[in-house]
Amino acid sequence: MTIVDTRIPDPKKFIKGATGDWEIVIGMEVHAQVTSRSKLFSGASTEFGQEPNSNVSLVDAAMPGMLPVINEECVKQAIRTGLGLKAEINNKSVFDRKNYFYPDLPQGYQISQFKQPIVGEGKILLDMSDDEQVEIGVERLHLEQDAGKSLHDQHPSMSFVDLNRSGVALMEIVSKPDLRSSDEARAYLTKLRTILRYLGTCDGNMEQGSMRADVNVSVRKPGGEFGTRCEIKNVNSIRFAGQAIEYEARRQIGILEDGGKIDQETRLFDPGKGETRSMRSKEEAHDYRYFPDPDLLPLEFDDTYVTELAKDLPELPDDKKARFMTDYGLSSYDADILVQEKASADFYEDVAKGRDAKLSANWVTNELFARLHKEGYDVTTSPVSADQLGGIIDLIKAGDISGKIAKDLFEIVWAEGGDPKQIVEARGMKQVTDLGAIEAMVAEIVDANPDKAAQAKEKPGLLGWFVGQVMKASQGKANPQAVNELLRKKIGID
Amino acid sequence: MSVDTATVKRVARLARIAVTDAEAEKMKGELNAILGFVEQLDEVDVSGVEPMTSAVETTMRKRVDEVTDGDCAEDVVANAPMSDDHFFMVPKVVE
Repeated sequence: MTIVDTRIPDPKKFIKGATGDWEIVIGMEVHAQVTSRSKLFSGASTEFGQEPNSNVSLVDAAMPGMLPVINEECVKQAIRTGLGLKAEINNKSVFDRKNYFYPDLPQGYQISQFKQPIVGEGKILLDMSDDEQVEIGVERLHLEQDAGKSLHDQHPSMSFVDLNRSGVALMEIVSKPDLRSSDEARAYLTKLRTILRYLGTCDGNMEQGSMRADVNVSVRKPGGEFGTRCEIKNVNSIRFAGQAIEYEARRQIGILEDGGKIDQETRLFDPGKGETRSMRSKEEAHDYRYFPDPDLLPLEFDDTYVTELAKDLPELPDDKKARFMTDYGLSSYDADILVQEKASADFYEDVAKGRDAKLSANWVTNELFARLHKEGYDVTTSPVSADQLGGIIDLIKAGDISGKIAKDLFEIVWAEGGDPKQIVEARGMKQVTDLGAIEAMVAEIVDANPDKAAQAKEKPGLLGWFVGQVMKASQGKANPQAVNELLRKKIGID
Repeated sequence: MSVDTATVKRVARLARIAVTDAEAEKMKGELNAILGFVEQLDEVDVSGVEPMTSAVETTMRKRVDEVTDGDCAEDVVANAPMSDDHFFMVPKVVE
C-alpha cells in the first residue's frame, strides 16, 4: 500500500524537541462491536455481562463439524456504517481465516476479511475549531469475529477463559495515517463514535469494550519521510488515546534525538503510570497465513440492496450541524455541542421549536448540559424536560422574569419539577415592571444615603452601588434597566 | 516452489505441531512432493478467470438476527481438561 500524505504540515501541531520541531503521524484501527442480537456466525446472544460461557454455541466454541452461517443484520450494519462514512461499498467481499493461537480463540483462527473487505475508502470530517476543518481518510472497514476473554487474576497458575464475546461481530475501521496531533486523534474517535451512535450500528461504549482503538504512532521532521511506527493496542478511552499518543511521541523523539532508532513493535498503554511499554519482547513477527475461509462463500449483494439501506439512514451529524447553523443561526461551536449526541440534538429542537433559537441554544448548552454533566445525568434522564425549559425561556422572552431570576427558577424546576409559569405566579417571582413601585424603592434608598447620592452625581460610576441596593430591596425582581433610568433621574445624572 | 527444513519447522511451530529434526527432514520431502504436484496447475493460463468458490452455483446463506443458540455452558466446557464455574482453565498466559 502506498501511503499518500494528504496533509500540509501545520506548525501549530508540532512538538518542540532538542533538535527542532517534530510532527506526529497517527493512524487508527478502531474495533467497533456491531449492534445485533446474535453473533456474526452463530445464533448465540451478544448480551453483555452474562454468566461465563452462557452466550456460547458449539459454533463459537469451535466444536468439530460446526459451520458458520452469517447474520444478515451484521452485514446491513456494516453497509450502513460504510454509507455513514461516505465510503465505497463493495458488492462482493470475502471472508478469510487469520491464523494464530491464543486460549481465547478456540478455532485457532479468526474469521476476518483481508484482501476484499465489505467497505472501502471513505472519510471523516473533523471540526477542530470554527475555522479549521480537517478531512481524515478511512482506508477500509471489514467484518470480523471478536475473541473470548481471559481473566488472569482468578488463580495463581491458571488463566480463566470465557467465550461469551467469542464470535460477536466487530467492524474494524482503519483510518489512513492522516492524523497529526493527539487533539485530532481524540476528535477522530469522538466523531467516529458519534457517527456510529447516530447510525445505531455500534453503541460506542468504550468502558464495556464495545469500541476499542489500536493507535499507530510515528514521528518525523515536519513534512519529511514517514518514521517507523509503534502500535499501541487496545486503548479503551478517548482520553487515554490522547495521553498515550503524547507519551509515545515524546518517547520516540527522545530516542531519535539521542541517535537511536525506533523498533517497530506493539506497545501497551498503562493508564496508571501514563506511559506505554513494550508488549511482547521475544515474540517473532506475526505470520497470520490468511486464506479464504472454505466454510463461507463470498458475500455478495446488488446495488438495490445498498440503496434500500441508504433510504433509511438517519440525518447524520455533519448534515444536522449544517442545518442547525442555517436554520437556527447557531455558531459552529454551539451546533457542534448539540449534535454530538442525537438525543441532545432532538432535545434542543424540542426546546427551540417556535422559540428564540439562540437563547434556546444558550440555555440548553450552558445551563442544562453543564448541570446534567455535573450531576451525572444525560439528556435522556434530565430532570428538566424540553417543555419545562421552553417554559422558562418563554417567561424570559415575555419580560416576566429577568435572566437572574430565570436561573433561580431553573433550580426550582430542577429540584421540584412543575410548570415554570405556575411557579413564577405562585411564588411571586415575576419581574417588577411597575414603574411606580420601583420609583418608591429608588426614592427611599437615595433619601437614606444623601452623601453617596452626592458622590454619585459627581462620579456616575458609583451608581452601580445604588442599582445593587434597589435590586436587593426588590429581591432581584425589579427590571434592572428601569432601576438604572429612575436612579439617574432621581440623583440628577444626565 | 519448494520448502527447506527451516520452513517446515517454522510452519510446524506456527501450527503448534512438535516435529523432530528427523521428522522435519522426512516431511520436507513429502511437502515438496505435494507442492510439485500442485504446481502442475501453473501450466494452465487462468488470467482473467474468477477464482472458483463453490462447485455448485449458489449464493451465501444468511441468518436472521435472532438468538437461537447458546445457554449450554455445561456442554461447552464438557470436554475441557479443567474448568471452574463454567470457565475454561488454561495454564496462565501472561507473565
